[in-house]
Amino acid sequence: MADAKVIPFGEDRPRRRPSGRRVRAAPPAPPEPVVEAVPPLLEPVAQKPAGAGWERKVAGGLSFLRRRITGEYEVDEFGYDKELTDQVLMSLMRPLFDKYFRVEVKGIENIPKEGGALIVANHSGTLPLDGLMLQVAVHDHHPAQRHLRLLAADLVFMLPVVNELARKAGHTLACAEDAQRLLEAGELVGVMPEGFKGIGKPFGDRYKLQRFGRGGFVSTALRAGTPIVPCSIVGAEEIYPMVGNAKTLARLLGIPYFPITPTFPLLGPFGAVPLPTKWTIQFGEPIATDGYAAEAAEDPMLMFNLTDQVREQIQHTLYRLLVQRRSVFF
Amino acid sequence: MGKVVLVTGASRQLGGRFVRRIQRDPEVERVIAVDAVAPPHRLGSAEFVRTDIRQSAIARVLAEHAVDTVVHLAVTGSGAGTGGAHSTVKETNVIGTMQLLGACQKSPTVRRLVVKSSTSVYGGTSRDPAVFTETTEPKSLPAGGFAKDAAEVEGYVRGFARRRPDVAVCVLRFANILGPFADSALAEYFSIPVMPTVLGYDPRLQFVHEDDVLDVLRLAAREPRRGTLNSGTFNIAGDGVLLLSQCSRRLGRPTLPLLLPAVTWAGSVLRAVGVTDFSPEQVRLLTHGRVVETTQMREVLGFEPVYTTAETFADFARSRGSGLLPPERVARAVDRVAGMLNVDGSDVDVDVDVAEGAKR
Repeated sequence: MADAKVIPFGEDRPRRRPSGRRVRAAPPAPPEPVVEAVPPLLEPVAQKPAGAGWERKVAGGLSFLRRRITGEYEVDEFGYDKELTDQVLMSLMRPLFDKYFRVEVKGIENIPKEGGALIVANHSGTLPLDGLMLQVAVHDHHPAQRHLRLLAADLVFMLPVVNELARKAGHTLACAEDAQRLLEAGELVGVMPEGFKGIGKPFGDRYKLQRFGRGGFVSTALRAGTPIVPCSIVGAEEIYPMVGNAKTLARLLGIPYFPITPTFPLLGPFGAVPLPTKWTIQFGEPIATDGYAAEAAEDPMLMFNLTDQVREQIQHTLYRLLVQRRSVFF
Repeated sequence: MGKVVLVTGASRQLGGRFVRRIQRDPEVERVIAVDAVAPPHRLGSAEFVRTDIRQSAIARVLAEHAVDTVVHLAVTGSGAGTGGAHSTVKETNVIGTMQLLGACQKSPTVRRLVVKSSTSVYGGTSRDPAVFTETTEPKSLPAGGFAKDAAEVEGYVRGFARRRPDVAVCVLRFANILGPFADSALAEYFSIPVMPTVLGYDPRLQFVHEDDVLDVLRLAAREPRRGTLNSGTFNIAGDGVLLLSQCSRRLGRPTLPLLLPAVTWAGSVLRAVGVTDFSPEQVRLLTHGRVVETTQMREVLGFEPVYTTAETFADFARSRGSGLLPPERVARAVDRVAGMLNVDGSDVDVDVDVAEGAKR
């Protein structure tokens, strides 16, 4: 409401200034819109000398440190550490999002302001960077700064360190129980139903959606009565162009695929640096699921139809975005 | 009709407290405390019968006293006292339960059976859902140790419930029990000055306070209140979750992250010197953690724990004294740094900083 008042004032001001009389009649009016337009929390910073902002940052950092080392912070039952995610993990991923991949986010308004929703996205890129970028996209671009809770493969939770970070960043195992629990709690859940088939597909198959598992995500969304938001990610396919797959080595290491890219494993650790492609993340029109009867989640025909509908929508959006794309890197 | 309650495992700390507590209930007429060893603590007016539940003598005790409620607490992770060999513990857990259930089946007077179990029956692997409900099937059955005992005990109890549908059977799956008097393996673990942890894992833990354990056992041993049902299987845990890293920081005990094989090895060394019972079961808990849902406990059993997981842990931490790096001292050190820099770090609102960060 404050904004609605501010805009006419700002527009009026230049027109009335020449009349002179009006300006003097309402001297406090011009500064007011300025203060209102700037977020109120910046107000003390603007008034204090230049050192104050720095001081506040140090104070904030120290109080953060104090809470962390005394253990006085909260995690939810999935192990999601909101404070750590907001203050540390997000800040680590943000440069990658803003500067490196220069992600363009479209259709963020398709994500509901509140309540549960299931975001279904395509999966690609050899390493699941697309999931992490999706998380940053939702948090930084959504007006309500919503947190995306990703469903990750069991491999993530088998690896030391990775599982710990994944849980703290709010990810959990891709299983119906966890997904339903999160959706019923009103969380935003992200799933990539292609799984390893999508992320580990050869470069030649890029932007060809793989099979969507058994479509379990649809029945979960139906049971929870939450909308499904299809999401298409363009750009992630080219970060590690996978030209080969050392299957024997993968089997030996117990991983689903062992990627061979033009630079990896040829250049060793340098080969693990992703190519700086330009990304686009497009959220599509939500598909409502609350109109179905309670037993609809048990209907395989309906499940297949809805799965296909979601899949088609993502695939079409992918093709459209690819046509619009000028180049892979710009 | 007055109630005669038989409590097994009365020589354990928890059993003893439960025996003393339940005597005060007006509807309880007599309490028969049973264990294989004499209790080191008082049992009040309860009648102590020294008998081994692994022997059929327990049937005679049930008949002699016309017991109508059996509270089976002799399902434990470690032997009475320290250094109980696991084979003995296992026998008491499994054979003891079989004997006790056999005796109950023969007894015409028994109306109610309460069994203490553990959430460790769910196991815990990386492929399990984050939160276990009462109906979750474990992905892999526990290979050994207490978890396997508890799973087997529950199996026998289910068989008993089928054979005697007239007996109300309540199985309570407790999360890790902590409190000022806790003598469990986990309590011992939290008392090690430098706690070995598994490198790269930060398990989610849930605790239930001893006082809440006593309350819920009492609730289960009684006639159900209106609108509640106290037969069935229930998860019992305090609200909320603590990570192991949080626990160590709140205790002020530094951790020593070790690779998983090294932790198993360190555990066997610690067990050999008798410092703590660091079993493979324990290592599994400290790797993958375990969180259970407690909706059934609230809505069906009608029990609200007084202590949350964090409060339970705080109560436990107070009773243990501080570790090498007490949180107060660490916090003071940070405040001192803040004082030197002439900034006040203690009361800055985080949300402001978060919002500021996001705006940029």
